[in-house]
Amino acid sequence: MSTQLILFFILAVIAILSAIGMLVSKNSVYSAMFLVLNFVTIAVLFLLLNAPFIAMVQVTIYAGAIMVLFLFVIMLLGTDMAAEGISMPWQPPIAILLSGALILEFAFILFFAQQDVLPQIEAISAAFGSPQSIGKLLFNFYLLPFEVTSVLLLVAMVGAIILAQRETG
Amino acid sequence: MDPALLVEWLVKSGVIIFLILTGFAYLTLFERRVLARIQVRIGPNRAGPLGLLQPLADGIKLLFKEEVIPDKADKVIFILAPVLTVIPAFVLLAVIPLGPEISILGRSYSLSLAGDVNVGVLYLLAVASISVYGIVLAGWSSNNKYALLGGLRSAAQMISYELVLGLAFIGPILLANSMSLKDIIQAQSRVWFIVLQPIGFLLFLVASIAEVNRAPFDMPEAEQELTAGYHVEYSGMKFALFFMAEYGKMIVVSFITASLFLGGYLGPFVDKLPLLGPIYLLVKVTLILFFMIWVRATWPRIRYDRLMALGWKVLLPIGLLNIIITAILVILVGGY
Repeated sequence: MSTQLILFFILAVIAILSAIGMLVSKNSVYSAMFLVLNFVTIAVLFLLLNAPFIAMVQVTIYAGAIMVLFLFVIMLLGTDMAAEGISMPWQPPIAILLSGALILEFAFILFFAQQDVLPQIEAISAAFGSPQSIGKLLFNFYLLPFEVTSVLLLVAMVGAIILAQRETG
Repeated sequence: MDPALLVEWLVKSGVIIFLILTGFAYLTLFERRVLARIQVRIGPNRAGPLGLLQPLADGIKLLFKEEVIPDKADKVIFILAPVLTVIPAFVLLAVIPLGPEISILGRSYSLSLAGDVNVGVLYLLAVASISVYGIVLAGWSSNNKYALLGGLRSAAQMISYELVLGLAFIGPILLANSMSLKDIIQAQSRVWFIVLQPIGFLLFLVASIAEVNRAPFDMPEAEQELTAGYHVEYSGMKFALFFMAEYGKMIVVSFITASLFLGGYLGPFVDKLPLLGPIYLLVKVTLILFFMIWVRATWPRIRYDRLMALGWKVLLPIGLLNIIITAILVILVGGY
């Protein structure tokens, strides 16, 4: 087995375990920390795939910024312990149904429809995941989605500012 | 895998850990002596000549202190938090070149652990963004309201100033046309980026002091209002780990500042004598560290709401403006 394969299996096990840990933790701070671990593991997987830019952005944005905000809110609201007594009887069946559908879809694409779904891609160069090539792709080929996303984020930001604004008068 | 390469990595990692650990120990002494001088005192000078054994004495004392874990604390996270705080300080230095390439016995070695990483600057940002967890978790797991307030303050502060830090990174990246720290340093061979990016340098300096929670931005541990903030419940070696992280980050931030704006290891005669590189870098780092201590000794802590207002309403717009101006100038005049 090559070093890459061994690394992949170790990372995969950590990723799956941390995902399970996130789901079953009673304490939401633990859940958040398991999710951070999961994000970092995924970032290392990106590194293995020769995509250092995505890996670093994954850590900075997901593990760094977003999860810190989550943790901040959890601590500020004091909701660290899962509220006992509140049960959602409708939740488990729907979750099982939806995740079952997802797995079926996944298996179908993997085993039967792989050729139709994946476009025939050429061998990618080593510079594929470099900041330069991603920047070029974003600002040329994907310019419109990029700009639409930025407008969306701007709208969300303005909305947050208006919601947090203190009432005057 | 090449065994020689493995040995090289191990040696370099050892050097980095040694650098941060001794740097931490002697930075505490340096800070106390400089602070004392500024406040017209003498400072610690009893343990060994000039007080040089003082860090050792402090370390031994802390090792033999009783470790107290509060009864209502979350034990796992309480123990994990100091470790999580220290690790970023150690791994940050991996991408910073400490000197030009050196050839020994026919093999050339680059003087950084990771070699030439093309996302080096992003790596710094990524690790810096992780480093807030240790402090937040320490504050939360202590089950103490002062500690929790300190942890929350630091989370808010570090997220806010990380943005400014990231914006300040962009100036040198634009000028050097690369995210690799080696290229950024090489691009400063004619003129240091502090000359071309004076606003960026100031932004970076302010944001980095806030990022390592130093005075005048040491909100998370404001003694007078929060007793000591996030580490109020910690004792013994765990307490020392928080200090190790703070001083380790000070050292690393100084290395980053020196590399991005002060020409890194560059200096006269470095191309002829490559071993001069690390010496120049250490001199620059020491000067920046002295500046940080000087700031601590002379500036009062700013109020918490002012701190956030400064970050979001003053530094962030200036940072954005700086990027626009730099980008236009790079297109008009051309980068390096």
